[in-house]
Amino acid sequence: MKKLVVLGAGTAGTMVVNRLRKLLDANEWQVTIVDQDETHYYQPGFLFLPFGTYQGKDVIKPKRDFIPSGVELIVSPIDVIDAENNSVTLVKDQRVLTYDFLVIATGAQIRPDQTPGLLEHEWHKTIHDFYTFDGALTLARHLEQWQGGRLVVNVVENPIKCPVAPLEFLMLADFYFQDRGIRDRVELVYTTPLPGAFTKPVCNRELSGMLQAKGIQVVPEFQIERVDPDAKKIVAYDETAIGYDLLVTVPMNMGDECIARSGLGDESNFIPVDKHTFVSPKHANIFVLGDAAALPTSKAGSVAHFAVECFAENFVRYIQGSELDPSFDGHTNCFIESGFGKGLLIDFNYDTEPLPGRFPLPGIGPFALLQESRLNHLGKLAFRWMYWNILLKGRNTLLPARMSMAGKMTPHQN
Amino acid sequence: MSTREIAGKTVRVNEEGFMTDPNEWSQDIAKIIAREEGIAELSLAHWRVIDFCRKDGISAGKAPTLRRITTHTGISTKEMFSLFPKGPAKKVAKISGLGKPEGCV
Repeated sequence: MKKLVVLGAGTAGTMVVNRLRKLLDANEWQVTIVDQDETHYYQPGFLFLPFGTYQGKDVIKPKRDFIPSGVELIVSPIDVIDAENNSVTLVKDQRVLTYDFLVIATGAQIRPDQTPGLLEHEWHKTIHDFYTFDGALTLARHLEQWQGGRLVVNVVENPIKCPVAPLEFLMLADFYFQDRGIRDRVELVYTTPLPGAFTKPVCNRELSGMLQAKGIQVVPEFQIERVDPDAKKIVAYDETAIGYDLLVTVPMNMGDECIARSGLGDESNFIPVDKHTFVSPKHANIFVLGDAAALPTSKAGSVAHFAVECFAENFVRYIQGSELDPSFDGHTNCFIESGFGKGLLIDFNYDTEPLPGRFPLPGIGPFALLQESRLNHLGKLAFRWMYWNILLKGRNTLLPARMSMAGKMTPHQN
Repeated sequence: MSTREIAGKTVRVNEEGFMTDPNEWSQDIAKIIAREEGIAELSLAHWRVIDFCRKDGISAGKAPTLRRITTHTGISTKEMFSLFPKGPAKKVAKISGLGKPEGCV
């Protein structure tokens, strides 16, 4: 019996076991998945919690419901991976799992402890986050009572999960406060270490224009050093300070501590892998999928989805002795909520920046790329159903794993 | 992709002025790019960072992030900002003849 062990039953890990259980012979392969948490969180839904659009119950389901029969789920934190000896030690009972192949999908977590002043007496009082279930719900309760002032959203450092989420948060906040009739008493400020709202030129132009039109101020190249929770200001390394009444932080994102304990990660506990095949350059039987990988992609569910599709086919060939096909192109596809029942959609990869056009059918859509539409917003809401019922279960979608240029307009055409 | 002449050498650069081939780099080129980036004189501390970035960047095939530099050189982030003001990782990558650091998608 050959053994495949998957670490992490989040978006990537769950999709991996669902796809591979179908592709691997049950008489030859034992598949085990490990996670410390019994609950699966629909993380894209966290964005909607602070504004009351979603309630807590809308974004959680038991992990067990998504693990197929023929796969053992073990609920335990991971102590350490011993890559030299092909084994993993779990915290629970110090149980040791040996493997022939290992998939690491332990994700990324926010680390407010990495910025002085964040995780102190004002945490979840005047300083909030929306990247955790508890954080987003606490912020919802705070916003309900809030009577206005300066709301600052700060991104500490990149990479972060879902790089457009902070922009969506601001645009939804603009909508929310208008709806409550207090928009004139709220100042919205976005501070980012990046030189602009988004890194890629065409998308940056579009998003910057939208933020400006909504009266959201962007402070670029702000590299936060610390928070002064009593004076209520964030201070950059160059001593520039910005005051706030309510700070919504997007803390530093890091890979799991078990990666550091295992000596497999970089400075941020993300694991270097081949960017087209996800195989570890040091261990030919270890693959890393989802946010845990140190790759120049967005840390996003759509990336994990396309990556897992490429990986699953490749893995089956690989165990039969074939070379890995460098099939993953960095494909990313994200809906961007812009408030007032509208949204945008972007589709890009390692080499092609987000461009305007129609998706997935050229000229038809129905979704408009890099352009606000009501349908894009409905697409984002419908995505939650698709996530639980199709994506996680490893069923096929109509979306191609590799990005297509069909339907996109290059900068010269628009 | 275009070329430009720095310190008597023709080197290839991208549209943001980052050199595209680290092998075309020299210390004289570093001094000139540093001046263009507002650093009049490269001190020993600057060179310590540049040396690390050259070594690390060439072996990894990409410019190191700020966190990687501070972890491996023991130089604090604060000090990095005073040595290479405003975006130290990007600035030192440019001076070291490496591409723009990744990790900001």
